[in-house]
Amino acid sequence: MSLIYPLDGLKAHPANASPEYKSTLKRAPSQPLILLPHTLSETTGPVFGHVAVAETDMDLTRQHAGEPIGERIIVTGRVLDENGRPVPHTLVEIWQANSTGRYVHVRDQHPAPLDPNFTGAGRALTDANGRYRFVTIKPGAYPWRNHYNAWRPAHIHFSLFGPSFLSRVITQMYFPGDPLFQYDPIFQSITDAKVRERLVSRFDIDTTEDHWALAYQFDIVLRGREATPTEEPHEH
Amino acid sequence: MSTETRIESKQGLTPSQTIGPFFAYGLTPRAYGGQELFTEQVAAEGMSGERIRIEGVVYDGDGAVVSDAMIEIWQADAEGRFNAAGNAGFTGFGRCETSAEGVYFFETVRPGALPGQNGATQAPHLTVSVFARGLLVRLMTRIYFSDEAANATDPVLALVPAERRGTLIAERGADGVFRLDIRLQGEGETVFFEA
Repeated sequence: MSLIYPLDGLKAHPANASPEYKSTLKRAPSQPLILLPHTLSETTGPVFGHVAVAETDMDLTRQHAGEPIGERIIVTGRVLDENGRPVPHTLVEIWQANSTGRYVHVRDQHPAPLDPNFTGAGRALTDANGRYRFVTIKPGAYPWRNHYNAWRPAHIHFSLFGPSFLSRVITQMYFPGDPLFQYDPIFQSITDAKVRERLVSRFDIDTTEDHWALAYQFDIVLRGREATPTEEPHEH
Repeated sequence: MSTETRIESKQGLTPSQTIGPFFAYGLTPRAYGGQELFTEQVAAEGMSGERIRIEGVVYDGDGAVVSDAMIEIWQADAEGRFNAAGNAGFTGFGRCETSAEGVYFFETVRPGALPGQNGATQAPHLTVSVFARGLLVRLMTRIYFSDEAANATDPVLALVPAERRGTLIAERGADGVFRLDIRLQGEGETVFFEA
């Protein structure tokens, strides 16, 4: 069986069976996963270069009549593959809580105010260098029912496609120095501390805009093809 | 030329995290009045091929329905071609939030057979991702169709123990709808892949 995308990098992912995160208990599969060959079904994927992304999709502070309450921030970074190559023109979707830690979602019952000027959903396409950029409001921490006094560290959800079905990933971006990291079973589900750090954005004074917004850099690395693939013989 | 494009070195993969319970207003925002990039409609009316509907219920290990999952499919067209460029009428890609009853569905065209590895032919199938609260990494599975003779020689089904193959094969009802439930854990657990 030949594998076009190396499996080594997958060790970065948390295990679905991570019992400290209670929702996994009845949802993580109990049977071992079966190794799937990388066929056309896995090595192709939807391409969204044609998707219309409006300016307000990338600026979550300008989606309503007024400005949202909270700390305005710039979140930017590059989407790369495991070989360090930029992933251009790929779709990045984000969603997040508002500055009070409340999601627009109907099932969020946290008694914190909604902001009529903030939805918290955005999308962007990376440029030719794999770079994306959002303007948003720094999300608040929020409580959840996993255990007594459980609070999620502030985070932004990221959904990415990359070039194939195999490169698809959904993850969360965190903010540096969050005191809740050590108590959060979702963040801690990644057992290697160095790998966890990949989800923590970096404050960037150079991208920060004077009298406007702090900036955070968050690079995302998607699965990449084997660096030196064996090619079919060409006809000459 | 930007120096950015010349950086090439081994990079550590960004780890996955759960989609959580509150993705809908971002990824499947119909109920919130948002514009949806992707829906359950994978093929426009008039696309060549047999129009089919596939649906099922997502269950957890207690047999409770999972009403906060997102299912995505990726598939070839009726001739077995992947439409990576997203031509008008057929994206090959669908996205569905499960309903309060745990139901997902897609309306599409039946995919054609397509090449596998080493000259093999793969039976028609959909490639499936399952995301949900409580899943830290998306689950990958496939949906095959019970009336396809090619299932008998499909190289991926052959990797699956015979007694579990049925969890990957949708049955056609008298109403013409293909049905396949997704069981995340326990009795009748769906086969999930690593790739």
